[in-house]
Amino acid sequence: MSNSIHVYDARADHATVNAESPLAYSFQSSGMPAPGEEGRAVVGERAFLGHLILRGGAIVLDEALREVLGIGLPGRPNSLTVDADGQRSVQWLSPDEWLLIVPGDETFGLETRLRAHLGGSHVAIVDVSAGQTLIELTGEAAHEVLMKSTVYDVDPHEFTVGKGVTTIFAKTSVILRRPDESRWELIVRRSFADYVYRWLLDAGEEYGIGVARESRHEPQ
Amino acid sequence: MFHIYCPYCEELREEEEFHPKGQAHIARPEEPDACSDEEWGDYLFFRDNPRGIHHEMWLHAVGCRKFFNITRNTVSYEILETYKMGEQPTVGAEHLAREEKTSSVQAAEGGQQTVGASDAALASVKGAQA
Ligand SMILES: [Zn+2]
Repeated sequence: MSNSIHVYDARADHATVNAESPLAYSFQSSGMPAPGEEGRAVVGERAFLGHLILRGGAIVLDEALREVLGIGLPGRPNSLTVDADGQRSVQWLSPDEWLLIVPGDETFGLETRLRAHLGGSHVAIVDVSAGQTLIELTGEAAHEVLMKSTVYDVDPHEFTVGKGVTTIFAKTSVILRRPDESRWELIVRRSFADYVYRWLLDAGEEYGIGVARESRHEPQ
Repeated sequence: MFHIYCPYCEELREEEEFHPKGQAHIARPEEPDACSDEEWGDYLFFRDNPRGIHHEMWLHAVGCRKFFNITRNTVSYEILETYKMGEQPTVGAEHLAREEKTSSVQAAEGGQQTVGASDAALASVKGAQA
C-alpha cells in the first residue's frame, strides 16, 4: 500500500510565486498597529511554517521521529516537545495524533525521511501547512488577552511551559500552546485566521496591543 | 463553569467543548441478514430513556475529538464516572439504590431531608431550565 502514496512538495516556490499568508489580507484591511512603548501585548504571525499531522501508534512514530528529527513525541496528553533551538516542535493532539511544526523549507524533506523510516507501518502523515497558520502572542498581558477569549484556564501557573491544548477561542477553536516563558502560540484554521486576528486586536486594545512584523522564517 | 473529565485528555475540561452522542454500549447485530425486522429496528432506532442511571457516549468535540462514555444520573444530572471506549462502566443501577437507601436513613434521622422533597426540588430545577 505504501508505494501507492503520492508524496510531493506542496510548498510554493516563493521566488516565482507570490504566496500570501492567511493573514496577508487582514493586515491590509484591519491594519497593523505598531507595538507602542506602553503596549503590554504583541501579536504576530509566523507564516509559511511546515505543519504535519502524524497519526498512528505512539511507539513507532516516536522512534521514527527521534531518528529523523532528534526529538521524541511528548509522553503526556496536552503537552508539547520543542527542540533545542526552538524551531521544531511536536504536540499531542489526541491519543493517536500529533502536530509537528518545522521551518517551512524543511517540510518536504522531513516528510520524505519520515516515510522512508516508517516503511510500511500503519501511519498517516498529512501536510496541512496551507490550511492553518501560527499566531504568536507575547507581552506581560498576553495571558490576560487570552483570559478574555478562551474557556481554558490560562493562568501562567496552571498553563505551564510545555503545555498545549485544543480548545474554544471566542466563537471558534484553536490549538493553544506555550513553548516557552514569554510566548503563547495559537494555531488557527486559515479560514478563521482573520476572525482570530481581529478578535485579538479588539480584546488587546485595552493593553495597547501592537502587531510585530515578521522577522523570522521570511520566505525568500 | 461546569467541567467534565475527559479520559483521553486526562483532565477536567469545560462542558462547552463536549457534545452528547446518545446511548452507549449498543452492539451492532453480528449477522444483520439474520435479524428480524424488529431486532434490526431496535438496534437502529430504539433507545433507552431511563429515570436514573444512564450510560452515554459523549464526544470531546473541541479537544481530542475522541468519543468516550459517561455514566450519568438523568434525575440529578450528576456525572458518576467517565471511561474510555471499549471499557465497561463500574457504576450501575445498584449505585442509585444504595444512594436512595442512604437518603432515607438521613431523612429518618434528621427529619429534614426526604427523598420526595429532593425529587420535588429536582423537578423545579428542571422546570426552570425548560
Ligand atoms: Zn479529550
